[in-house]
Amino acid sequence: MATNNNYITELVDKHGRARTSLMPILQGVIEKNNFISDQDMTEIAMELDLSPAQVYGTATFYSFLETQPRGKYVIRVCKTITCDMHGKRTVVQTIEDMLKIKVGETSPNKKFTLLETNCLGWCHEGPAMLINEKPFSGLTPEKVHDIISEYMHK
Amino acid sequence: MKNTKKETEKKINLTIDGIEVCVDEGTTILDAARKLNIHIPTLCYHEDLCVAGNCRVCIVEQEKAKSLPASCATPASEGMVIHTNSMKVRLARKHIVELLLSEHHADCTKCYKNGICELQGLASQMLTGDHMFLDLVPDHNYTIDMFNTAIIKDDSRCIRCQRCVRTCEELQGVSALGVAYRGNHMKISTFFEHPLFEVVCTNCGQCVNRCPTGALIERNYIDQVWDAIYDPTKHVVVQTAPAVRIALGEALGMPPGKIVTGKMVTALKRLGFNAVLDTDFTADLTIIEEGNELLTRLKKALLDKDPNVSLPMFTSCSPGWIKFIEHTFPEFLGNLSTCKSPQQMFGALVKTYYAQKRKLDAKNIVSVSIMPCTAKKFEANRPEMRSSGYKDVDFVLTTRELGIMIKQAGLDFEALPEEHFDSLMGSSTGAAVIFGTTGGVMEAALRTVYEVVTGREIPFEGLNITPVRGTEGEVREASLKIEKVKPEWKFLEGVEVKCAVANGLAHAKKVMQDVKDGKANYHFIEIMACPGGCLGGGGQPIPTNKDIRTKRKQAIYEEDLGMPIRKSHENPEVQLIYKEFLGGPLGHKSHELLHTHYTPRKRY
Amino acid sequence: MSDTKLKRVDLIFGEYSNVKYKVLADTLKRTNEEILEDLLESGLRGRGGAGFPTAMKWKFTAQTPGEEKYVICNADEGEPGTFKDREILSRVPRKVFSGMAICGKVIGAKQGFIYLRGEYKFLLPELIKELDGYNEFAKSIGLDFPIGIRLGSGAYICGEESALFESMEGKRGEPRNKPPYPTTSGYLGKPTVINNVETFVNVLMIMRLGSTQFKLLGTSDSRGSKVFSVSGDTPIPGIYELELGMPLDRFVDEFGDGDTKAVQVGGASGFCVPRKKFKDTVIGFEGVPTGGSMMLFNSSRSMYNVLHNYLEFFEEESCGQCTPCRVGCQQLRKGIEAVKKSEKKSLYLDQLLKLSESMKLTAKCGLGQSVANSFSSIVNNFKEEMIY
Ligand SMILES: Cc1cc2nc3c(=O)[nH]c(=O)nc-3n(C[C@H](O)[C@H](O)[C@H](O)COP(=O)(O)O)c2cc1C
Ligand code: SF4
Ligand code: SF4
Ligand code: SF4
Ligand code: SF4
Ligand code: FES
Repeated sequence: MATNNNYITELVDKHGRARTSLMPILQGVIEKNNFISDQDMTEIAMELDLSPAQVYGTATFYSFLETQPRGKYVIRVCKTITCDMHGKRTVVQTIEDMLKIKVGETSPNKKFTLLETNCLGWCHEGPAMLINEKPFSGLTPEKVHDIISEYMHK
Repeated sequence: MKNTKKETEKKINLTIDGIEVCVDEGTTILDAARKLNIHIPTLCYHEDLCVAGNCRVCIVEQEKAKSLPASCATPASEGMVIHTNSMKVRLARKHIVELLLSEHHADCTKCYKNGICELQGLASQMLTGDHMFLDLVPDHNYTIDMFNTAIIKDDSRCIRCQRCVRTCEELQGVSALGVAYRGNHMKISTFFEHPLFEVVCTNCGQCVNRCPTGALIERNYIDQVWDAIYDPTKHVVVQTAPAVRIALGEALGMPPGKIVTGKMVTALKRLGFNAVLDTDFTADLTIIEEGNELLTRLKKALLDKDPNVSLPMFTSCSPGWIKFIEHTFPEFLGNLSTCKSPQQMFGALVKTYYAQKRKLDAKNIVSVSIMPCTAKKFEANRPEMRSSGYKDVDFVLTTRELGIMIKQAGLDFEALPEEHFDSLMGSSTGAAVIFGTTGGVMEAALRTVYEVVTGREIPFEGLNITPVRGTEGEVREASLKIEKVKPEWKFLEGVEVKCAVANGLAHAKKVMQDVKDGKANYHFIEIMACPGGCLGGGGQPIPTNKDIRTKRKQAIYEEDLGMPIRKSHENPEVQLIYKEFLGGPLGHKSHELLHTHYTPRKRY
Repeated sequence: MSDTKLKRVDLIFGEYSNVKYKVLADTLKRTNEEILEDLLESGLRGRGGAGFPTAMKWKFTAQTPGEEKYVICNADEGEPGTFKDREILSRVPRKVFSGMAICGKVIGAKQGFIYLRGEYKFLLPELIKELDGYNEFAKSIGLDFPIGIRLGSGAYICGEESALFESMEGKRGEPRNKPPYPTTSGYLGKPTVINNVETFVNVLMIMRLGSTQFKLLGTSDSRGSKVFSVSGDTPIPGIYELELGMPLDRFVDEFGDGDTKAVQVGGASGFCVPRKKFKDTVIGFEGVPTGGSMMLFNSSRSMYNVLHNYLEFFEEESCGQCTPCRVGCQQLRKGIEAVKKSEKKSLYLDQLLKLSESMKLTAKCGLGQSVANSFSSIVNNFKEEMIY
């Protein structure tokens, strides 16, 4: 049996044990760890009386419910056509150069993960990206450089 | 109550392919068409499962509607005009089948389901020879899980109809399989894509029975069995489970519900088995052992007031159920009867008692069993199933695999004469036959136990204990008042023995939860992992559905009625083995060969 | 070129900010029949894309018997090129809550939810503060209709109403079979009204101004105004509230950069209108409907790239359960790649057009059904760009 993780118990106590609480619980784990481990899922399944495969099925459905370890800061650059038209590629390039990782990868120090994502809803100010939940829009290579530098020093 | 009745009485009129039809409100277009003998193709639809409506091959054209509704998922409505084979439907359906094939590893000649695959059938029916679309298989990183002794899962042949997922969830309450990821990556998956043997899968094979393609199949041992048969140094013994004889015909082109015991025996002899014996024999033996075990436990509880006695006692002849309880309710393993399943009792005796009587060296015996079940494949491979000093059962074949062997041998099954089982572990009773259906073990046990305790036959007309005859989709409860007992059973005088019967693991789970919550005070619970019991086992011919199970069940009770002996303790070979070999029930030898123990497993 | 600018409307964001929930309080004193009457009269149709008459939706749900009913505000806004719901929720959240509460009264629901897309999680602190205020207010006037928030987690399909319910129930966002419709079986199988964020605001404004005022805006098929999200090749991208039923050429005159070659109306699942059709295209339910997304493309853009981008989007965002959509999207994307690379003859495009038509006819939900919109309108209008 999985060892008890306090935060899972806390989340379950907060949101309840009905299946309707599954999303908020999984989101809570993401907030804490940036990914949901098999152990966490197992424990959630146990608490909610679901099978682990059911929890896994729900988690893998949603892009933000990561099931692989991710960096402390997950960068998601919008790849929708309007952001693409306004220079998404140079934005990605800048980040790749700075962090020495490619899209889909996590930096060796586990600080950053770089991903692309679908429309973030900032098309009028593209290119845009999210770092964890914080949006940044109107990006230029310079602006991205400043933002990422700041996070690198966080 | 009145209200619902009124609602079902409401009628709907619609027109399908120019024919008017009147159906009950709530009937789907698909069922309405079937009523008219119009066959609309389906893939994700299965009578036993809730409607998914995801494959879309069952689309039809509805006049005045913008799109083509899926007939399996759309209720008929008043005045609907439906075309099942219009130009639009034909093209769209062809597109859909072509799409399925384009992401499918369709090398049918290498596939176990070649010839009985529903996708292949549809493709050949629609003459989809032209490969309209690009091949997507190289884009997918399909995996094959071959690590399991009972079931193989090959994602490259999966059409993602989710029948397996619905089966595992709705019928079995296990959900070892789920749907993972989405879009182009959507797939059928276990938890974190672990191999099946590492997860809570019970090997029941219900998903295998419902998979329309070769994506979920039993691990077959056909070649190994042929090799044994052709090996002159081996004495190959075969046992056949009760539920095989009422279903095997279906695998060989006969209608459901035919009793083919005699033909099956002939076929097995012609295949070259050295001895064709009957699992029924050990089913009867199980009753004696298990019945005595129950009485012992009752005595401990009622007379000795032993607080440690585990009641209710659960039956233990369904290996899918065993694995389920090991995972899900490990704290109740003490409540399981310690009796092995009839298959394993048989295996242990074949390489001891039978070998001794036939003057054979056990190491030269190959013991094969024909089972309606895939979980029995797993069971035979359990490390504890070697009490003869050898692997007690070497190979387990499903009813379907036997069907294949009979076809391979070129036998015209329907035309075969009928022969009898060989003697020594070949005789059977009606009580053993009904092991194949839900409630059967309970009924067989009661026929014997009642008589042991009272000295009289159980007071049911024709020995048919209908109150415990299980039905699908519910937990059956019954109680039996024991009166006028023999002196040595005085503590049972006036006791109401409370029993429950459940089939399908989803129902088993319910009963177990009640027991766990202290809401139920049964003495004896019979549980079969598969819907309807073994007759609906995962290794039975495809298709299996409620109608077919009902017919198989009728055949089983018919077979029971037709048997000269209908009580396990009257089986002469059983009486003989106790006299010659085992001593008495629950004796030392019994314990060594016929009983076992269980392993708690992780649920998560 | 016309010289009058398109009329700006200020119904949604301005005019009245409902700070003290006055309209809500007044409306709660009216009878359900009166409210429904007004809504029906206004001709309001849903702003989430499908354009179902709001009054009818509410009425059906009100008529369905049941103690437990729900009102859900669809703030999943995932359609590429749409960002107006974010603006509405951050600028006039109280109007949204009020609209929901009115709905709750009419249909007899005791609980409302806002399903907010995960991408907008940063709105949460403000929104929760506002909601606390609302919930307090509701309590103070004895209104038994609390509103809660549920977050999405990055799945466009969860904007589809039945997928949204599944998601709220803790499951994969796989759309359900219809019927049954949400009016009889929605969240947890209970009768549910689900409306777009903007729709709820419209309801409130109709309550405030009366249906007659509202009807003055727009055309007979498309009553009222609409918040447009304008992006792409435009000097003035942003949010604009305009009357429905405008001709596209006037829109392009005002928002284009002088070189507009095509406008994608309604996002990836909408239609691509080429320059030659601007004049004859009306934006509204009688013409090309839109949830608000307007993407402009000038002649420097490759429409192949645009289509390819959309198809990748659908391929990833499809729930994957039904054959036509799951496999069809892959085939369309791979198919245009093959044609572009001359691995397939240009005639293959016709094959793909037929496939997209089959997807429209047979897919289980609106996602798969609408792939053909952009596919056929782009392929048919820009065939050369697909090939060379
Ligand atoms: C793929 C798909 C995505 C959708 N996304 C949204 C969405 O983000 N927001 C929305 O309000 N409606 C969306 N809809 C429409 C909803 O299903 C539903 O019709 C709408 O919320 C009803 O509200 P309305 O009547 O106010 O428009 C989507 C539909 C589909 C098929
Ligand atoms: S699953 Fe069916 S279609 Fe696929 S290879 Fe096997 S027989 Fe052929
Ligand atoms: S494994 Fe079989 S039953 Fe399961 S989804 Fe695939 S094809 Fe369907
Ligand atoms: S064999 Fe039974 S338990 Fe295992 S996945 Fe299939 S249905 Fe589920
Ligand atoms: S059309 Fe696409 S998104 Fe909709 S149900 Fe089918 S696969 Fe899922
Ligand atoms: S059989 Fe109807 S959709 Fe699959």
